[in-house]
Amino acid sequence: MKTYLLDGCYLAAAVLFILGLKGLNAPATARRGLVFAEVGMLLAVIGTLLHGDIVQFQWILVGVVIGSAIGAAMAIFMPMTAMPQRIAISHAFGALAATLVGIITYFEHVPRIGGIEMTALGFEVLLGSLTVTGSLMAFSKLQELLPSAPTTFRFQNFLTIGLLVVALGMFGYLIFHPAAGPLFFAMIAAGLLIGVLLVLPIGGADMPVVLALLNSYAGLASAATGFVIGNNVLIVAGALDGASGFFLSMMMSRAMNRSFTNVLFGAVGATRPQQQATGEERTVIRYTPEDAAYMLEQAQSVIIVPGYGMAVAQAQHAIAELATLLIQRGAQVRFAIHPVAGRMPGHMNVLLAEANVPYDLLCEPDQINDDFQTTDVALIVGANDVVNPAARDKRDSPLYGMPILNADQARTVMVLKRSLRPGFAGEDNELFYEQKTMMVFGDAKATLTALNQLLKQVKASVGRNLAPQPPIQEAIPAVSAPSHGKP
Amino acid sequence: MSTISIESLYILVLAGFVGYEVIRHVPPLLHTPLMSATNAISGISLVGALVAAGSNSGVVATVLGVIAVTAATINVVGGFMITDRMLKMFHREAPENQRQRAGGAKQP
Repeated sequence: MKTYLLDGCYLAAAVLFILGLKGLNAPATARRGLVFAEVGMLLAVIGTLLHGDIVQFQWILVGVVIGSAIGAAMAIFMPMTAMPQRIAISHAFGALAATLVGIITYFEHVPRIGGIEMTALGFEVLLGSLTVTGSLMAFSKLQELLPSAPTTFRFQNFLTIGLLVVALGMFGYLIFHPAAGPLFFAMIAAGLLIGVLLVLPIGGADMPVVLALLNSYAGLASAATGFVIGNNVLIVAGALDGASGFFLSMMMSRAMNRSFTNVLFGAVGATRPQQQATGEERTVIRYTPEDAAYMLEQAQSVIIVPGYGMAVAQAQHAIAELATLLIQRGAQVRFAIHPVAGRMPGHMNVLLAEANVPYDLLCEPDQINDDFQTTDVALIVGANDVVNPAARDKRDSPLYGMPILNADQARTVMVLKRSLRPGFAGEDNELFYEQKTMMVFGDAKATLTALNQLLKQVKASVGRNLAPQPPIQEAIPAVSAPSHGKP
Repeated sequence: MSTISIESLYILVLAGFVGYEVIRHVPPLLHTPLMSATNAISGISLVGALVAAGSNSGVVATVLGVIAVTAATINVVGGFMITDRMLKMFHREAPENQRQRAGGAKQP
């Protein structure tokens, strides 16, 4: 009877997880879906605690209390701009739990482990261990404890793949000789090292793909745990997580027109040789916030294109205020969000939601790309590669083929940017040199705050329009050295 | 450790397909909450950790088990809480606009 009750709990939990994810299909049902998933988790935990195998509760309580305290503190105090880091480190926690359960199971059963059980166990600890270090690496890069630029050295891919082959070799041996304890640990050590090597050459802009991939690995490690301890709810939940991570990483790499292999082993932004300065000087036209305010005041329609620079400058609230001011003046304002803008899938959406921008205004490229040509101003805030026309027509560019936002088709393009540094891919952006492009240099948040102030003044003193200032022409070298900073 | 049946493999594959089909329809708008929600759900390894920490099979098993319980609980509790915090922020219309529409324009 007791087992039926437990199985009933697990079955209900599995169904509730699926319903929970289904709820996420629309913003209106998302929170209700989350409640389903929470109830599912509660059922699974209560069912397990009633299970006969558990005889001592005091240590469990210690773990649950500490874990809840840390988890709640992170959830409450972590700023939204730190969300990519939080996601990265949570993959490490999940994978750590799976790996430790695998190690414990191995030692409880070591002389009596069959080949099939060892296969599941091997997957569990191998995927788990490489996800632990991989996620910690991703966390350190996003938190800027480590340089976010790709770190590469000679024979790196050779070493990574070699190590992977060695680890799989040990795995294969263990399947037939499960009692080889030292080898089990050697395999875990190899897994940990592979995790480091795998994420070391990944640069900031490729993080969305890697985070999604680690999400998938963490899920698969949970599913493998389910096989090892013979628990179906773990298999279902792990499979859901694995599928989600897989789908997201596919979507992200498609949005960059790159393959998985290219993201993992391509190290874009590091190995690219320095571009040769062509000798010719090109000019950009530098405008002041006053010019920009004048332009925006006249605009009937504005599309805002945010990028990672918005997150760095924490400019989401200033952008939201600008959008509100423009809407109050009667302009149509929308946001064009590229799937890989930022450091994780959906990064820009979360930040703009935090700043109270209604989600109806946030558009995907397919929805909005045709509207740029009838738009007065495309306002680009801290984005670069996702609006680089080189992706369309420059065959030798690393960006070539990537679907971009057609911001260059707007009547006026306004770019808020710290400097003329090329984006992450190291490709100079033609768009900045065009006649219709207004470059406003400076910290995005400071510029936007100034803009908002000016627009409010105009509103206050009716009749006194801002006079356009003569633009300052500035000669700069055609190609600056590729830097690996924020696009 | 139980023997692994072929049924478990069926469950894995079918659940993977269900997951893919369900998740395919999640709009990009909600991709970050999706990641953090699936992360919380994969904290289900907590179930395995609970058994490992509570089955009284040696000091090492208990210590590692408690660490595993802690790590998984961080994901479950933190994951669900932060996903909810995020989802709470998504709304259709800015509150200021609603106020304005209700009570006339006011200087921000």
